[in-house]
Amino acid sequence: MNLATADNQAGTRRAPFAAGTQTPVLKVENLEVTYYTDLGRAKALDDVSFDLHAGQKLGMVGESGSGKSTLALAMMRMIKQPGRIEGGTVTIDGTELMGLKDEDMRKARLSKIAYIPQGAMNSLNPVTRIGEQMVDAVKSHLNGQSRAAIHERCIHALKSVDLDPAVFRMYAHELSGGMKQRVCIAIGILLEPKVIICDEPTSALDVVTQRQVMETIDRVQKQINAAVILIGHDMGLMAQFVDKVAVMYAGRLVEISTVREMFTEPKHPYAQALISSLPNLDNKGVFQGIPGLAPSLLRLPSGCAFHPRCPYASDRSRSEKPKLKALPGGRMVACHLYDQDALNV
Amino acid sequence: MNFKLIAKRLSFLVLVIWAASTIVFFVPRLSPRNAIRERFAELSRSGGFSSGDIEKLIASMNQQFGLDKPLLEQYWNYLGNVVRLDFGYSLNRYPATVADIIAQALPWTFGLLMVTTILSFVIGNLLGAISAWPKAPQWLRSIATPFVLLTGVPPVIMGVLLLFFIGFRLKLLPLGGAYSIGVVPTWSWDFAFDLLLHQLLPGLALILGSVGGWVLSMRGMGVTIQGEDYVNFAEHKGLTGGRIFRDYYLRNTLLPQVTGLALALGTVVTSAIIVEGIFGLPGLGTVLNNAIRSNDFPTIYGIVLFITIAIAVLMAVLEFVYPLLDPRVRNQ
Amino acid sequence: MTTLTATSPAIAQASIEQPTGLVLLLRYFRRNKGLAVGLLILLGLILFTVIGFMVINPKHAYPLSVATRKPPSLQYPFGTDFFGRNLVAAMVVGMWQTAIIGVLAGGLGTMIGVVLGFTSAYFGGWIDATVRTICQILTPIPVLLIQVVVAGSLDKRDVTIITMALIVVMLAWMGPTLVIRAQVLTMKERQFVSVAKLSGVSDVGIIFKEILPNLLPFIAAAFVGQVFAAVFASFYLAVLGLGPLREPLLGNIIWAAQLQGAFFNGWWWWPIAPSIAMILILGSLALINMGLDELANPRVRKTE
Repeated sequence: MNLATADNQAGTRRAPFAAGTQTPVLKVENLEVTYYTDLGRAKALDDVSFDLHAGQKLGMVGESGSGKSTLALAMMRMIKQPGRIEGGTVTIDGTELMGLKDEDMRKARLSKIAYIPQGAMNSLNPVTRIGEQMVDAVKSHLNGQSRAAIHERCIHALKSVDLDPAVFRMYAHELSGGMKQRVCIAIGILLEPKVIICDEPTSALDVVTQRQVMETIDRVQKQINAAVILIGHDMGLMAQFVDKVAVMYAGRLVEISTVREMFTEPKHPYAQALISSLPNLDNKGVFQGIPGLAPSLLRLPSGCAFHPRCPYASDRSRSEKPKLKALPGGRMVACHLYDQDALNV
Repeated sequence: MNFKLIAKRLSFLVLVIWAASTIVFFVPRLSPRNAIRERFAELSRSGGFSSGDIEKLIASMNQQFGLDKPLLEQYWNYLGNVVRLDFGYSLNRYPATVADIIAQALPWTFGLLMVTTILSFVIGNLLGAISAWPKAPQWLRSIATPFVLLTGVPPVIMGVLLLFFIGFRLKLLPLGGAYSIGVVPTWSWDFAFDLLLHQLLPGLALILGSVGGWVLSMRGMGVTIQGEDYVNFAEHKGLTGGRIFRDYYLRNTLLPQVTGLALALGTVVTSAIIVEGIFGLPGLGTVLNNAIRSNDFPTIYGIVLFITIAIAVLMAVLEFVYPLLDPRVRNQ
Repeated sequence: MTTLTATSPAIAQASIEQPTGLVLLLRYFRRNKGLAVGLLILLGLILFTVIGFMVINPKHAYPLSVATRKPPSLQYPFGTDFFGRNLVAAMVVGMWQTAIIGVLAGGLGTMIGVVLGFTSAYFGGWIDATVRTICQILTPIPVLLIQVVVAGSLDKRDVTIITMALIVVMLAWMGPTLVIRAQVLTMKERQFVSVAKLSGVSDVGIIFKEILPNLLPFIAAAFVGQVFAAVFASFYLAVLGLGPLREPLLGNIIWAAQLQGAFFNGWWWWPIAPSIAMILILGSLALINMGLDELANPRVRKTE
C-alpha cells in the first residue's frame, strides 16, 4: 500500500468510537518496566494496559516522570540499560512485538509502529542531507525497491507534511524548528505504520508553529488511518486534537476517557486535580496546584500511589492497589471510589 | 567559507610562522655562546680544511648571519630568507645548504609520518568508537584496552622496548638503519623489502605509542554522541546497527577528531623525529641528532623552522578541509 | 511492590550513618581506580628513590665509578653501562633529578598560568585580548623544537638540572593559562561572584575569597598536567642529547646507550632500565591527571 491508495480509502475508514466490537489495531497488556538503579529498583511502568483502534487518537498526560515516555520507549522495545521490560505484551495488527526476534523488531519499527521524537531540534543527523536520512529509513525496511520509487515515496511524504521537495537536498541546520519537526513526521509516515507515537512533538516550538505541526499530524494520520498516541503536557493543545485522554501517575494508568468526559467530569481524583489546575477565564489569577509532590518511583506509596495527596483516600487506598476498571459508557478508571459502578467483566 | 574567513586563517598562519622565526632568530643572539667562533675553532683544531675553505666558510658565515650589519637589518634579511625557505649553509657538510639537507631527508620522514599517522588515526578512532558503542560485542570492545594502557608510553620508549624484544631478543627485525649494511640501493624488490623491514619497527613504535591517545579521545566523544537525539531516532527508524554506527555515530564523532589531529600535529611530528633518531633512519630526526652532536647550528635552526612552518601549513590545510566534512561550517 | 516499600526505610536509615573519612576515601578510590593506581605507582617510585639514596652510593651514578658493561647481577641489579655507571644508582639519582625538573617546571608553569589566566579573564579588555592572542599564536608551534633551539644555544657547561627546568617552563605556560582563564570566565558569571561584587567586596577580596578556593581542583589538575609535560619535554630534550650530559638523567642514559649502539653490541640492559622507569613515572602522572580531571570536572565524571 502506498500513500496514494491510502487517500482513496479515507472515505471508507471507520469513525472513531464506532468500532466497539472490532479488534483494536493496538493492544497493550500488562506492560511492566523496571529501572535497576544504584539506589534500588524503580518501577517506571506498572501493569499498563489499553487498546486503540485504527484512526483513533489518544492523548497521554501526566507529570514528568509519570512514565509517559517510558511507555513509548517500551512499546518500541527501546528501553535502555539499566531499564528492563519485565513483562506484558504489545500487539499491533495481530503481531506481538515483545516476542519478536531483534531483527524482526527492527523491521517492525517505522513499518508497524513509528515514533516521532521529543527533541526534534536534534533528531536529525547534522552531517547528512535530509534525503539520505529518509532514504536509509526506507531502504532498511523495503528491499529491492528501485531508487526512483524510494525517492518518489520520500518526496510524497515531504509534500504531505507541507514541506517543499527541495528540503530533500537540505541539511538539518538549514531548517527551522517547525520544519525539522515536519521532517520527523514525514519520516514517521514513510512506511505508513499502523501506530504512530508522538512524544511531545511540539515542546520546543512557538505557539503558532505548535498548532501547524499538530494540524499536520492530524492530517497525515487521517491519510494513512493510523492510530496515534500523543504524549504531552499541554492539555489545551491536546484537547483540540485527540479523541481520548489517558492520565498516567507514577507509572500507572489511572484514567482513560474521551476528551469531553475528561474535561467536564474527570473521575479519578488525580485527573480531577489535573483538570482543575488548568487555567480558565472563570478562575483567572487563581493558580491551583496539586498539593504534595509526585512520589519517587524508588519508594512508591503502598496501595494507590496517589493516596498521600488524595482528599478521598481511604484505608483501602492505602493497602490495596486499585485496578483499571471499565465504567458504564466505556471509560476506564483505577480508583476504589468507583468500585460499585465498575462493570464486572 | 567566505573570503574574510580565509584571509583571517591565512594571516594567522603568517603570524605563527613569524613568531617562530622571531624566536629562532633572537634566542641564539641572546645567548653568550658564539656559534661560529666555537665551530671555527673546532674546525681549525681538527684540520682537514684548506685555508681557502675556511675563508670561504667565514665569508658565508658572515653573509649568512650578517654579523657586521645592524641587528634590525639582519632580522629583516633573515625573515626574507625564511620566506624563501633559505636556511643558509650547513657548518658540518659545507657547501651543502641546509635546504638541500632537509630536501634529502624529508622523503624518509614524510613517508614514515604519513603512514603511521594515518594508520594510528584510523585504527585508534575505529577502536575508540567501537569501545564506546554499547551494542558492539564485548570481545571487540575490549581490543582497545591494551592500546589505552600503552598511552603512557612515549613512542621513543616504545621504540627502545620494541628494539629489545623484537629486534634484539627475537631477532625478527633489524636493529636500525635505513637498509642492511652493505646493501646497495637499487630499484629491486629485494631492496624494497629490505627497506620495508627496516621501517617496520619505527613505524610500529609510533603507531603503538599514539593509537591509545586517539582511542581515549574518541571514546569520550563517542559517549557524548551516542546520547544524541539523532542516534536514538535512527534506532527508532528501524535502521540496522551497522548503518547507525557508520552514518549517524561514527561520522559525527570523527569530526572533532579531525580538529584534534590538527592540534596534535606538533606532538606527532616531534615524536616521529625523535623515533627516527633512535632507529638511525636517514630522516630529519637523524639529521637533527647529528647536527646537535656536532654543533651544526644553522642545520638545527633550519630543521626547527622548517618543521614549524610545515606543521603550521598542515594545520591550515586541515582547517580548510574541515568545512568539506561538516556541512554546518560550510555554510557559515 | 509491598516488599520494596517495607524495606526502604531500613535502607534509608543505614545510609544515614556517616562513614569515616578514610572509608569515604577508600570508597572514592574504588570508583576512581585510575587515581588510586597512579598514586600507588608514584608512592612506589618515591619509596624506591628514598630507600635508594640510603642504600646506594650516589657517586656510582657517575662515569668511571664501577666496572663497565656488566649485565644485571646480584651486585648490579640493573647492570652497569659503557661508562662505568651502576644503573641502579643512576636510576635513583636520575629519578630524583627528574622529580626536581618536574616539580620545579610544573610549579612555575602552573604559577605563571594561574596569574596570567586570572588577570586575563578577570580584568578582560585588552589584557585578555593580548594574552589570548599570544597563547593562540604560540600553541601551534611545537614546543619541543623551540626548546631544542634554546637548549642548543646554551653552552653545554651551562646546562644543569635547573636550567633544564627553566627551558621547559619557558614555553609551557600556555596550557594552564587557557584552562584557568576559561574556568575564571565561567566562575565570573556565577551567582556568588555577582553577589560579592554587588555587596562591595574588592577585586582582590573576590579573587582570594570567592574564586580561588573554587579553582583549587583545576589548579591541582593543571599542576599534575604540567609536571607530566615537563618530565616529558625534559626527557625528549635529553634523548636528543641536549640535557646536562654528565648527569644520569633518564633521557641522557637512553641517548648515550643509543649513541654507543647498545643493542648492536649486546648491552641490552643499558636502555631498558631508564625506559621502564620513565614508563612508570609518566604512567602514574597520566593516571593521576585523569583521575583529578574526573574530580575537578563533573561533566567528565558523568560520562563514565
